[in-house]
Amino acid sequence: MIKEMRIVLRNADKIDPQNISDYIAAGGYKALEKARNMKPEDIISEVKKSNLRGRGGAGFNAGLKWSFVPQSETKYVVCNLDEGEPGTYKDRTIVEKDPHTLLEGMAICGHAIGSNKGFIYCRGEYPYIVEHLNHAIAQAKEEGVLGEFDIEVRMGGGAYVCGEETALIESIEGHRGEPRFKPPFPGVEGLWQKPTVVNNVETLANLPEIITRGAEWYSSIGSSTYPGTKVLTLSGDIVNKICIEVPTDTTIREVIYEFGGGIRGGKKLKAVQIGGTSGAFIPASMIDIPIDFDSMRNAGFTLGTGAVFVMDETRDIVDVVTRIAKFFEHESCGKCNPCREGTFRCYEIMKKINQGRASSDDLEKLQLLGRVMSKACLCGLGQAAPGPILTTLQHFRHEYERKLFLS
Amino acid sequence: MANIKDIIARFSEKPGGLIEAYHALQKKYNYIPAEAIKEAAKIFGVSEAQAYGVATFYSYLSVKPRGKYIIRICESAPCHIAGADEVIKAFESELGIKTGETTPDGKFTFELTECVGQCQGSVVVTINGRPYLDVTPEKVPAILAEYS
Repeated sequence: MIKEMRIVLRNADKIDPQNISDYIAAGGYKALEKARNMKPEDIISEVKKSNLRGRGGAGFNAGLKWSFVPQSETKYVVCNLDEGEPGTYKDRTIVEKDPHTLLEGMAICGHAIGSNKGFIYCRGEYPYIVEHLNHAIAQAKEEGVLGEFDIEVRMGGGAYVCGEETALIESIEGHRGEPRFKPPFPGVEGLWQKPTVVNNVETLANLPEIITRGAEWYSSIGSSTYPGTKVLTLSGDIVNKICIEVPTDTTIREVIYEFGGGIRGGKKLKAVQIGGTSGAFIPASMIDIPIDFDSMRNAGFTLGTGAVFVMDETRDIVDVVTRIAKFFEHESCGKCNPCREGTFRCYEIMKKINQGRASSDDLEKLQLLGRVMSKACLCGLGQAAPGPILTTLQHFRHEYERKLFLS
Repeated sequence: MANIKDIIARFSEKPGGLIEAYHALQKKYNYIPAEAIKEAAKIFGVSEAQAYGVATFYSYLSVKPRGKYIIRICESAPCHIAGADEVIKAFESELGIKTGETTPDGKFTFELTECVGQCQGSVVVTINGRPYLDVTPEKVPAILAEYS
């Protein structure tokens, strides 16, 4: 039986998350102490060497991202807990089970880039997590473990686009959560025009163990180009709808059949969508690839947030993709035309197909529109929105054709 | 009105505190009254249009009065295939209202939402933020009875 490997979730279900002394007794805040005795540039080079890559979906080398931060009196560490990608509940799970791992990771990042102020942007769907985090922060302040580093939690308002880092920054500033043009990147000009590092919860939660055990240890785990573990959340027609942490060289098949226990009701797998609702639909014949960022990308798929949404043989792919198209039409912020208009038209055409009113002409238009959006949209939302449509047109075209209007 | 002012004033010194103030207002009134938007614009030094723009951007903020209990049902893909449509029908018939509406007694508002991050238990419903997991049409009357 293949086993999980827990780095981020090492304390999960072993300690009382509400009690900081449990975390300290398990070795907590030792990594921060160690980091404080290191030169900031040495921490950055250690993290760079570990090849820890962003766990929010973009997969950028975290240490490299930090190294772009220029000298400035004020800098910010921002934690992205705006976990809005449907099918994803990993960041909630991490924080629920071990909030101090995140706080410690943020403080390590703060020391590395020379910042003493951190923000956690928590999605509005998780008001109980805001309370949970405020409780943990209060305990950490009382214990004095964070030193000069201050952390504040801000709550979002149910806007998916705020997971995009510049939209998130706009929202913390009290504005509409619309993405900014890049460059300048937040590392240079972010929150209140100050250099800002925005990292996902899971990225930051990896830091204490990387500092404790070293870059070499971390980079030897899992796949060589995207090392470490990935926290995955299983949903849909799968026996075990659970959150797991596995080395990144684990295959999709192992995730579904070993950890997930296979398909519910003894049915067959039709498709699995990985990375959230913007992720590619992967047919059952292609699940023998490792889940790491590059293996997935080379196969034309995405790792994204690590959401694993499983659909059995009875599922109607076109109906599910229509639902997803409605999601993007609703969540597009409207700032740029290709996304505002594109998500609207995608949904319109998908509805037409799903209702049996479309022709093969519509499929061509949909494909062209999807390609334009993936290149022309301002931010990741619009660029990724046509992903489910394009990958299902590629791998499940027969399901579309069967719904076309035959005149 | 004095109350509205006091709530907003608590956040006036906080950079970017406008959204925090809206959350606090909504906690008390279940929506953001028009006079609160005017007041917030003054306190935070933005135009009324900007303050209104922020209030209407976020789907969890509302500028229209709503019921005491806000029921939200997730209709994202994992909940969709788990049978969210059937659960929506069950709530509509139990409450006697359609999605987006409030019961005449002002008790319940029923809204659709996107993923609330509890996909281990789809279909997911939240009532004033509290999640209910693995909801089926049969469970709806018992859930609503908790609020009677």
